[in-house]
Amino acid sequence: MIPALIIIAVVLALLFLFVIGIYNALIRLRNQVDNAWSQIDVQLKRRHDLIPNLVETAKGYMKHERGTFEAITNARSQAMGAKTVSEAAKAEGTLGEALSKFMLVVENYPDLKANQNFLNVQEELTGTENKIAFSRQNYNDQVLSFNNKIQMFPSNIIAGMFSFGKRDFFEVEGAAEREVPKVSFS
Amino acid sequence: MWELIRANKRNSIVLMVLMAIVLLGLGFVIGMAFHPNGGLFGLMIATAIWLLLTLISFSSGDQIFLAASKAKLVTHDVHPQLFNVVEEMKIASGLPAMPKIYIINDPAPNAFATGRKPETASIAVTAGLLARLNRDELQGVIAHEMSHILHRDILFVTLAGIMLGSIVLLSHVFLRGMLYGSVGSQRRYSSGGKGGGQAQIVMLIIAIAVAILAPLMAYLLYFALSRRREYLADAGAARLTRYPEGLAGALEKIANDPSPQLRSANKVTAPMYIANPFKKKGQRKLSDLTSTHPPISERIRILRNMTHGASFRDYSNAFSNVTHAGTVVPAAALTKEEVALRQAEAKVRKKKRTEKQMHQIGDIMRRVNKFVFLTCACGLTLKIPPNFKSNKVLCPKCKKQHDLPSS
Repeated sequence: MIPALIIIAVVLALLFLFVIGIYNALIRLRNQVDNAWSQIDVQLKRRHDLIPNLVETAKGYMKHERGTFEAITNARSQAMGAKTVSEAAKAEGTLGEALSKFMLVVENYPDLKANQNFLNVQEELTGTENKIAFSRQNYNDQVLSFNNKIQMFPSNIIAGMFSFGKRDFFEVEGAAEREVPKVSFS
Repeated sequence: MWELIRANKRNSIVLMVLMAIVLLGLGFVIGMAFHPNGGLFGLMIATAIWLLLTLISFSSGDQIFLAASKAKLVTHDVHPQLFNVVEEMKIASGLPAMPKIYIINDPAPNAFATGRKPETASIAVTAGLLARLNRDELQGVIAHEMSHILHRDILFVTLAGIMLGSIVLLSHVFLRGMLYGSVGSQRRYSSGGKGGGQAQIVMLIIAIAVAILAPLMAYLLYFALSRRREYLADAGAARLTRYPEGLAGALEKIANDPSPQLRSANKVTAPMYIANPFKKKGQRKLSDLTSTHPPISERIRILRNMTHGASFRDYSNAFSNVTHAGTVVPAAALTKEEVALRQAEAKVRKKKRTEKQMHQIGDIMRRVNKFVFLTCACGLTLKIPPNFKSNKVLCPKCKKQHDLPSS
């Protein structure tokens, strides 16, 4: 009688530990998804901070490109003033397009390309654009492993018990933004 | 990703146990050679050596290694591009903290990562690497190093290196002792009785054989796993950057580099570098078994064979295509994820001239050594050493006076 009770107790304890393990793994993955999401925000903010600097440095050399600058500044203020996520995503998309257009135009200004200050800002911009792209990529990677964990047996049972929901991927609007990171110079 | 790290951990444990058996067996046999009951004592000596080396390397192993390779810690301003690329890869890999960045004053292009935990890792690159690679290629190299950090390869290299070091040390000391001056002690032991003496001699011969073979076995184990880890780090780099051509291009430049081999590398630290720091002359197949790195041309061909995607599965397929062997990727990591490749840049880049590269290496090292760079209105760049006394300097070309920012 007593040995049977002990066996049952041991089995229950093992089962309990197993559930705790999976639950903790789910929490870890979910935190990683949240963290990856906040990383995208950090990088977008850095992009906004960088733009005045870029415009200031390039303005003197590119007198005939007022339209390009205006497009960038407008897109930036729209992105910073965006209220909803979809609004922000759209504005950031426009800003990204405006920036890559600007980088194409720069090719016509050899003086500007020789300016050390501008080269510094340009490297920072390339870095930031890449960081935005890679933070999205990391977010999607994390979402993928989180969703996999939620759907696979046996973790799907525990996920169902504690109602862990699937997360959405960060899909990019617009063809120009989908092919990031595209800005590269050397 | 997690599947791969777990599989790596399992392989490491198996390897460590194998090496530990070799080490303890060696200690035991050596102990027996001195005295019929000396086996236990030998075990204790072997364990003591191993513990001591482990303590040293865990407290300051990466610092010793960085100091031995003459790497200098740098800040963002010294090389903004390197910093940005490292941060990009840190973000892509989801690493919890930014690794410390070091530059080595050496024209040979190479790089390594060190540090036991991902939280306290360091990445070091040579000035020659920075001068030769373009941004995409540098990204590939950094992604390779980041993969080493992410896969916990550094912990493995450290632990296995210690085990290997202990084995080599123990057998070396024993064989030396046999050659010089243990004759007297042998006579003392053999006086106990004729049968015992005979057994003692047999034991001695076994001990010498084991002492010769053990380091060889340990080396082979160590090298086999470090080659495999290079492939896996390449696969990880392709997955992080989504652009295998970046790393392939970098490896090509490293392979075809004419500069002399890295000055500050040795046999034990060699597996930590992205490419074998010792240049081989001609012989390829013969040295494969004892090499820490897979042949670089093969690594390039595998990366260029990844035309469908950048996941571990794609790398594994490319690996089978090129080598006609099985796979290097643990089965658990071959998930069905689809990872699209990035589009290649259309731009064709000019080849940098060698003199310009050497010039650039000098400039990078001047920045590392805290020189102040001033651009004069006439276009000349003044490079002022940190021990320059005056706070004013004249431009040698146009005689304009510049104020030095006081530091």
